[in-house]
Amino acid sequence: MDHYNDQVILNLEKIARSMRLKALEIIYKRQAGHPGGSLSAADILTALYFNKMRINSKKPQDPNRDRFILSKGHASAILYSVLAKKGYFPEEDLLKWGNLDCHLQGHPDRNKTPGVDMSTGVLGHGINVGAGLALATKLNGKNYRTYVLLGDGECQGGIIWEGAMTVGKFKLSNLTLIVDYNDVQLDGFVHDIMPIEPFSNKWKSFNLEVIEIDGHNMREILEALDKVEHIHDRATVIIAHTVKGKGVSFMENSNFWHGNVPNKKQMSQARLELSESIKTSRGAE
Amino acid sequence: MRDELGQALVEYGRINKDVVVLDADVANSTMTIAFQKAYPDRFFNVGIAEAGMVDTAVGLAMGGKIPFASAFAAMLCYRGMEQIRSCIVYNDANVKLLASYAGVSDFKDGATHHSMIDIALMRALPNMTVIVAADGQELKKMIPAIAEYQGPVYLRISRTDTPYTFGENEPFEIGKGRVASNGVDASILVSGTPLHRCIIASKILKKEGISARVVEFPTIKPLDDELVLRCCKETGTLVTVEEHSIIGGLYGAVAELLVKTIPTPVVSVGINDQFARTALNPEELWDFCGFTPENIVSATKEALKRK
Repeated sequence: MDHYNDQVILNLEKIARSMRLKALEIIYKRQAGHPGGSLSAADILTALYFNKMRINSKKPQDPNRDRFILSKGHASAILYSVLAKKGYFPEEDLLKWGNLDCHLQGHPDRNKTPGVDMSTGVLGHGINVGAGLALATKLNGKNYRTYVLLGDGECQGGIIWEGAMTVGKFKLSNLTLIVDYNDVQLDGFVHDIMPIEPFSNKWKSFNLEVIEIDGHNMREILEALDKVEHIHDRATVIIAHTVKGKGVSFMENSNFWHGNVPNKKQMSQARLELSESIKTSRGAE
Repeated sequence: MRDELGQALVEYGRINKDVVVLDADVANSTMTIAFQKAYPDRFFNVGIAEAGMVDTAVGLAMGGKIPFASAFAAMLCYRGMEQIRSCIVYNDANVKLLASYAGVSDFKDGATHHSMIDIALMRALPNMTVIVAADGQELKKMIPAIAEYQGPVYLRISRTDTPYTFGENEPFEIGKGRVASNGVDASILVSGTPLHRCIIASKILKKEGISARVVEFPTIKPLDDELVLRCCKETGTLVTVEEHSIIGGLYGAVAELLVKTIPTPVVSVGINDQFARTALNPEELWDFCGFTPENIVSATKEALKRK
């Protein structure tokens, strides 16, 4: 297992914090988007894009690149912020998000935005598409890896479990599933709307390996992603326990902030909190 | 037609190693089992999970494969519709859907297994090419053409064998209609299995002194507009025949074209916006649905009256 020195972790944490601020800024600018699930996924996407994935923004169609599918496509704000920072398209595009002539759609679109590997937005597709990609990778004799970020709410849909069976049957060890388990969905708490527990046991019973982590602990995220690469006889799901709206005090753990946009005063407060968290970080971007 | 499907997949799969086949636990019925036996490493049975199968096929396409995803048409379309819309056509994924047991050809199972509105659904999707096989020989030509075409394709396949209409060397080209018999008084435009019954109808009409042209449209989308319009100009009146609802299939496609080009009378023979039923054999059910040579004859006479 790789060892990550403290500075690597601090640097990634700082990037994640700045990605949070960027995601919220572009949601505010567009007056549309999904803040809660973007903030909860920030650390996971940062770990993948700024450390783990073998990708090159100058070659977005490189056939040997690692793939990422944002199955919870509503969190497009955080994906777009990360892709821009990685250089897939100019940062200024972010401020045009949603304009008719802008490539950035409400939800990720692989035919319009460089760096998007799969168009998503309707929930439930990532796991089966990821399974197909992982099968193709094996047939092609390639060793790239496919990462799929699922939401906890979408695991209420049956097609997720069709995918779990396929992933289990074909022992797709080159597929890594990550669940952003923030326990909040549009209408309330996941545990009230339609409970998904016992969640870990569900995946285990479908013959997947399960790793549970704190989805805001950068070291745990990285170490889990490393561990997955040493599991060769099955696919792994990383259940990342997260906080919806993480980083903005009034947004945390509230379903109101699933799809609502802050007003001017709220945005000032959010900006203050997120900027402070970046300023106090000991990392370097 | 099923045996020819299996043969065609095996033959083309030998040439093109990127071809993979998925099935949803009906491989022994659709005959994709032949591909499984020939190339077990390139065949994936996902169980009775059509929606998941469609998405898995999309992933295989994203990985550079040419996936053919096979199931009964009714389940593939109705269960998989959202996946077909969101993941195949919106992503423009290079997935080929093999929709077997289409129309009312699953006569034994009845209305639950009939697909009568699949063409209407599929042709309304942007990026989708919609192809209907009339017989096994034509189907064998379609498989390589579809595999080599870049983009989503819906291929409609009957459970029932029908006589071969065209010669073995007659080419099949996506987007092109095929003239089965010439005539000058009226044109009978047909897609799929009723083709041979249209040929019989044209012979009956000939005996009565009516010269009816029979033209098959294996591709419903994109429709061979030029050929439809040529039939309008040269014969002045049309009949459409299809093993599909009269809403949204070949009749709909032809009517949509004509209202904006050459308004022309069209009489349709199809399933009249109702469920069909169980029968003892496919011919009996086709008769029940109205695809009889006699009905096609009277539809043609009706079209002539409106000329």
